Amino acid sequence: MTVPLTLLGLLEREPSHGYDLKRDYDAFFGRDKPLSFGQVYSTLSRLARDGKVVISDPEAGAGPDRKRYVITDSGATEVDAWLTEPVAPEPHLQTVLFAKVTLSLLLGRPAEHYLDTQRAAHMQRMRELTTVKRSGNLVDSLLADHAMFHIEADLRWIDLTAARLDALAREVRQ
Amino acid sequence: MTILEARDVHLSFGRTPALRGADLRLAEGEILAVMGPSGSGKSTLLHCLAGILVPDSGEVHFEGQRIDRLGETGRSALRRDRFGFVFQFGQLVPELSAEENVALPLLLSGVRRSKATAEARVWLDRLGLDGLAGRTSGELSGGQAQRVALARGLVARPRVLFADEPTGALDSLTGEQVMDLLVGSAREAGTAVVLVTHEPRVAAYADREVVVRDGRVLALTAEPVA
Repeated sequence: MTVPLTLLGLLEREPSHGYDLKRDYDAFFGRDKPLSFGQVYSTLSRLARDGKVVISDPEAGAGPDRKRYVITDSGATEVDAWLTEPVAPEPHLQTVLFAKVTLSLLLGRPAEHYLDTQRAAHMQRMRELTTVKRSGNLVDSLLADHAMFHIEADLRWIDLTAARLDALAREVRQ
Repeated sequence: MTILEARDVHLSFGRTPALRGADLRLAEGEILAVMGPSGSGKSTLLHCLAGILVPDSGEVHFEGQRIDRLGETGRSALRRDRFGFVFQFGQLVPELSAEENVALPLLLSGVRRSKATAEARVWLDRLGLDGLAGRTSGELSGGQAQRVALARGLVARPRVLFADEPTGALDSLTGEQVMDLLVGSAREAGTAVVLVTHEPRVAAYADREVVVRDGRVLALTAEPVA
């Protein structure tokens, strides 16, 4: 899970309060799914328990939510390792798209119709993301690009599969 | 309101059918992507809609007029005065400067040179090409040349712009810049666009897309309400 490591990474810039961490996390990484305060503080507690962060002395006159979290050497080492290791490419061998096409062919149902409908849904999402790209800032654009390249990969698969449906139908029905 | 329409269009090259009953409607100001695999007939469809090719059978209507019944002179005038074009490889006239290339459609329509040049300057500025007006196509990058081609396609304020793989020869980032300009300029001018592309990222700039498959048009998203 990337939330603890991302919060640790944000702490490597500078010690922060939980509130500021949540704000920065949501701004960069939580567009679709902002963190709850409960999640932020429970994660920080676990990181403190594991020696990845320490809590500095509360500021004078500060309220109950003014604990500052500071990354430890152990935490910094973990962030460094995480940022330099490649993520294992996921094989995606058994996607829902694949399952729907294969099952349609097995059942003699119109797989081509499904692929066309799916293509239209993917293109609709591409249009929405293009609007985000054209109206948003560079961070929005970067996020939209990532999503669009994945959708584009699906669309290529859809087109290739549509072009080979007859042969696929023969093979799965053997 | 429909501005351009193909009805049951058939066209063969020799014995090879390219279009086999293609139907398509383009609304006023709409940006429509025409997608499909290589050889599916999408460029042929564009050429029929633009009056470059005449279908063997079927009808093509532009603003209520049957353009498939027009002779070469009539279709040529239509292409010059009412339509704009952007192709994959800019296809600028190599001997002319960027400014002269952009002014060309206006000059061919009989606009005075001084006015045509002034208008060309406006479009070059609008597309971020100020300072490059005197360069020939050989002195422009691919993205710059395509922006000049776009300015040339829009300078006469066409009712429909036909763009055939307009970013096909460009890298992703330059292609995005050209598409941003194409869509932004067309919207501003109220020009409808027929955008032929096999790239989803390019098609995603359009209001909707159709897919050409085996010479027929498959409309997967609803047409705009008339």
